[in-house]
Amino acid sequence: MYNVGIDIGSTAAKAVIMSEDKKEIIHKLLMPTGWSSKETADMVLNWMNERGVNTENSNITATGYGRVSVPYANKVITEITCHGKGALFLNGGDCAIIDIGGQDTKIISIENGVVSNFLMNDKCSAGTGRFLEIMANTLGVSLSEIFNLAEQGEEISISSICTVFAESEVISLIGKGCSKNDIACGVVSSIANKVVNLCGKHNSRSESYFLTGGFCDSEYMCRKLSQKLKKPVVTNQLARYAGAIGASLLA
Amino acid sequence: MADYRQMWKDLGMDLELHDQLCEVLPTAFGDVYLSQEDRPESMDYYNFVVSEIHGVRPAELIESQKKGGKVFGTFCVFVPDEIIFAADAIATGLCGGSQFWVPGGEKVLPTNTCPLIKASVGARLEKTCPFFRIADMFVGETTCDGKKKAWEILAEDVPIHVMDMPQMKRQKDLDAWTNEISIFKNKVEEFTGNEVTSEKLSQAIKLINDKRRALKRLYEFRKNENLPISGKDVLLISQIAFYDDPTRFASMTNKLCDELDERVKNNISVFTAGTKRIMLTGTPMAIPNWKLHHIVETSGGAVVVEETCTGTRYFENLVDETKTIIDEQIEALTDRYMKINCACFTPNTGRIDDILRLAKEYNVDGIIDVNLKFCNLYDTEGYFVERALKEAGIPVLGIETDYTDQDAEQLRTRVGAFIEMLSNK
Repeated sequence: MYNVGIDIGSTAAKAVIMSEDKKEIIHKLLMPTGWSSKETADMVLNWMNERGVNTENSNITATGYGRVSVPYANKVITEITCHGKGALFLNGGDCAIIDIGGQDTKIISIENGVVSNFLMNDKCSAGTGRFLEIMANTLGVSLSEIFNLAEQGEEISISSICTVFAESEVISLIGKGCSKNDIACGVVSSIANKVVNLCGKHNSRSESYFLTGGFCDSEYMCRKLSQKLKKPVVTNQLARYAGAIGASLLA
Repeated sequence: MADYRQMWKDLGMDLELHDQLCEVLPTAFGDVYLSQEDRPESMDYYNFVVSEIHGVRPAELIESQKKGGKVFGTFCVFVPDEIIFAADAIATGLCGGSQFWVPGGEKVLPTNTCPLIKASVGARLEKTCPFFRIADMFVGETTCDGKKKAWEILAEDVPIHVMDMPQMKRQKDLDAWTNEISIFKNKVEEFTGNEVTSEKLSQAIKLINDKRRALKRLYEFRKNENLPISGKDVLLISQIAFYDDPTRFASMTNKLCDELDERVKNNISVFTAGTKRIMLTGTPMAIPNWKLHHIVETSGGAVVVEETCTGTRYFENLVDETKTIIDEQIEALTDRYMKINCACFTPNTGRIDDILRLAKEYNVDGIIDVNLKFCNLYDTEGYFVERALKEAGIPVLGIETDYTDQDAEQLRTRVGAFIEMLSNK
């Protein structure tokens, strides 16, 4: 039996096919969620079938915002439990997880191998992937470029917490002739600050953090968070699959 | 539902707008309540009351007015109903628990006012709540800044008496509340033309205590390992307690409790084994706000106790029934009412003690600290509540929400994850 984890997030859908002994990731999939979680779920099933995995020979767990839209899943588990399990697999031990998702940011403490506490951001999109997407759009750069620019810039304070107001603020900074690098640095720092506040409120006992979600490719983000948190922040190139990995482990 | 349109028209209600509310309520009630399996048969009474919420009780209130009785609309569990009933008048709760009324409130109030206040003001100004049309006088209190200012706006439209709530619980504050109750008594006597005698007050104290005893008896069933009634159903009963005739309410609730006694004997539970026992603490849930209970009870949890104004704060502690002199009776009222631990007091450590005590009594697995958006008092106090619970080793989840359904899925994720976390412990 295969173990399949499907994480349908607000922005990206991730799927992982895990070996029977739950030790080896055999296949992984990353695709935009698009308009319909149901269609995305169908596409994931096709992808599985192409690899000889079907509902007969696998246990399937769905997670993420679209978790209820996967009719063929055997189990539905929230992304918090799954991220906890997946990050534990990748990190190899207890830690506090910072998950910066497309629509929400969460801090999850793992103690003795299980979720002991968690905190999610409020309804607004400050401090999430969506915030970065909107700001990158305003600056006319791609998501990967914005990190490169930020790395070369000096931090400008972006004081608005609200994404809509922050966008106006960025536009007026552009108008003032501030350098793109500095604005990019301000944007990334704004997300980092929001995450750091959330970590402060969560008050984890853990000595280190593990970053999951769409920002896990950015070594710069890890460094920035680490500086502000004054604790090591590590990640893993598979960390964006943490939810799907956790789901497959719980399948 | 019986036809109450003429009555609503006579009350000067906005029928067209009110129809919109009447259309959605049965669906919401069906989805949340009637979908439950194995409900106690005695819930039929409360189902009936909800199905005619803007009809049957308002009609009774109007009948009493025809006989010269007065109706007082109240907003808060600190207002002593005993005084009102002792003057042969009736106290009733008012509308304030639905998003339906919020936009009306936002026409005159800042957006960052709590939904309870916005909904109450909206229900009055938009003429879509019969209770708000019927009441001859409204009794406000100074529990928070939002309410204080909202009463000034309401006062332009209706007669309103505001009770000045102390913000601390020193002796001088308790004395001040005793004095406030006396002032209120005089006001009620003057308004109704009926004297509040010690005999009448004694009867009214017994009347309201009986309602509290019935609720207390009902809550006791939730301490059982096998829960014979859902948290949602108990919430509904508590909400109805604010409107119903107190004698009938106590009698119907005791009848339900008799049925629950039988269920306990037969080990009947409306939840499957392993369901997590959840306490809710925080701001009140006025009818028809069933949002969080519904999410908890469809996510593997059961709400076993509410430390809220629509929960234990409403019925815990009785008024001393042995006093026979009016001044002593009023002091007895102060004693009871000032035991309510509301976040409007500073400090309010008694509430933390209550939460820790209730957590033990009801054997809870986890606590959700739930606050209405823009309620600064409870939100700020959440800092101490959550810290105390962490120190006591009781898992806690903080939630801020309002009456809209926009965040329902996000709440479902948080509550679902919280219950998964409790299951892994």
